Amino acid sequence: MIKLENINKTYFGAQPLHVLKGIDLHVEEGELVSIMGASGSGKSTLLNIIGILDNYDEGDYYLAGNLVKNLSENQAAEYRNKLIGFIFQSFNLIPFKTALENVALPLFYQGVNRKKRNTMAMEYLERFGLKDWADHYPNELSGGQKQRVSIARALVTSPKIILADEPTGALDSKTSAEVMQILREVNASGITMVIVTHERGIASLTRKIVHLKDGIIESIEENDPDKMDFTKEIK
Amino acid sequence: MFDLDSINEIWQTIARNKTRSILTAFGVFWGIFILVILLASGNGFQNGMNTQIEGFATNSAFVIPVQTTEAYKGYQKGRDWEAEMSDLQAIKKSVKGVDLVSPIINSYSYNGDNNVFYGTKGGNFSMKGLLPNYNDIDRGKILYGRFINETDIAEARKVCVIGKKVYEDVIGTDKNPLGLMIKANGIYYQVVGVIQAYNSNVSISGSTNETVILPLTTMQKAYNRGNKIDFFVFTARKGQNIKKLQEEVGALLRERHDIAPTDEGAIMMFDFEELFTMFDYLFLGIKILIWIVGIGTLLSGVVGVSNIMLVTIKERTREIGVRRALGAKPAIIIRQVVAESLLLTILAGIVGLVIGVGIMAVVSGIVGNMPSDNIMFLDPQIGFGAAIAATIIIVLSGLLAGVLPAMRAIQIKAIDAIREE
Repeated sequence: MIKLENINKTYFGAQPLHVLKGIDLHVEEGELVSIMGASGSGKSTLLNIIGILDNYDEGDYYLAGNLVKNLSENQAAEYRNKLIGFIFQSFNLIPFKTALENVALPLFYQGVNRKKRNTMAMEYLERFGLKDWADHYPNELSGGQKQRVSIARALVTSPKIILADEPTGALDSKTSAEVMQILREVNASGITMVIVTHERGIASLTRKIVHLKDGIIESIEENDPDKMDFTKEIK
Repeated sequence: MFDLDSINEIWQTIARNKTRSILTAFGVFWGIFILVILLASGNGFQNGMNTQIEGFATNSAFVIPVQTTEAYKGYQKGRDWEAEMSDLQAIKKSVKGVDLVSPIINSYSYNGDNNVFYGTKGGNFSMKGLLPNYNDIDRGKILYGRFINETDIAEARKVCVIGKKVYEDVIGTDKNPLGLMIKANGIYYQVVGVIQAYNSNVSISGSTNETVILPLTTMQKAYNRGNKIDFFVFTARKGQNIKKLQEEVGALLRERHDIAPTDEGAIMMFDFEELFTMFDYLFLGIKILIWIVGIGTLLSGVVGVSNIMLVTIKERTREIGVRRALGAKPAIIIRQVVAESLLLTILAGIVGLVIGVGIMAVVSGIVGNMPSDNIMFLDPQIGFGAAIAATIIIVLSGLLAGVLPAMRAIQIKAIDAIREE
């Protein structure tokens, strides 16, 4: 599903910063992968490249069989819209839109008509137990609810992959556990998922943990989340 | 561009910050409002001025005999000469391009005593002897009856057309003046009409309102004038240069009355062409000024909209970034920003246009009902063309105001929004 070959990325600032120094990574369809690393290890940059939010200097990146390289803004937007669902640490819900409108927004950009996209958005809200909150604005929702809305938004276009950047970073431990449970369920339904985190507890809920250090993959750890003791706090 | 979904999307962002949207829109509203008010006022003044000169043939020239200033053919300089009816026929015959020629005989009551009476009431008024065609040159409004006609002239009837003021002062507005006999300078004349000058500012030898008009022939007989006249006025045919005609008429008169061909001072001639041309330029200047001021005001409104939109875009960096991450293409972002500015501008502009036109319609109504002979301000409205122009300007300025913020907006990359601060 995701195939990265020798990805290099340098930020050209006052001092050029070589962030990614040859990343090779394969993520199969349906996998649940976490990327771990200290701050500055390049994990967010890697996620941005996978999410076609940023470009790279060298190497090749294939997403669902398509070479993602030197795309125009329009192509990138289309790929993001159709193939990728984003989940952000700070939710990034649009504050003046209701939960329903937020979830329906990606469909708006696909040109789906209002009635249909509202029906679809409502289905996803319902799936995450937010039916009664559909008409509420983000500032009327709790952190966990907001993240569930943003998960619904990521899923509404039926993407091939979900990219989650510190999805529990802004949540307390109990809510984090709930959100991770939802993400695992989503993954279990067959959607490939990549989670960037610096929390060991979160990473240990994934099957594959990619350790990133100074712009190279240090190691890839196979993990069995089912061995995790859920009675313990995950942080 | 404006399907229901898009409008809803745009409206959400505008309504999100009502106060700011209203304040922003106010600049454009004010610009259009001022433009409409100025244009309408300009038109009002022009209409007012036009009524001042209304009824006066703009292509006419007056010819007044004065003393000669050069000795010629044995005559000394300083000789008085008079124009005659035969001069007019000669002019009509030999100066092509002259349309109407109308003679005038005057009589004043110089000592200020009342000279016009009806019963015991009297007033001091001037008298004029005219031909029927005078009313085609210095047109008045006939309030009662008729003007002097050809039969009056042919039979030298003792009839008169009196000015409005004469009617009011001597007869009184409670009576029907037609058929009444008034005494003017000791002779009785039957009133056949009452005339009102369209304006009392442009007048030759006294306002028509304060004149008793007699048939020219009657006046000649009653005042022993023979075929002499005091002065005359002529009009040019369409496309003729009034200045050139004056030269030709002057040359003919000099020849007929033994005046030196170089004696410019012997004949006083003037026309209103320069005055009217000056008016035209004056109003052209006012119009240009109005558009400059109006467009300037509007432009500052547009700059305001653009400026606020730029700030808004800056504030919405994250939102726009999220939209882009979710798959909004650059064109969609541009469209949204431009449409926001357009909607804001159009709403504000239309409100400004409607309120401006509305206020001027009320003003127009008030001015129109004011009982005044000397209206300097009339019917201050903007024309359909100006309204269309204003609408086009509104739309263009909306687009203009949106361009810069839109360019700024598409520079926002999805990654800018996602990056945690």
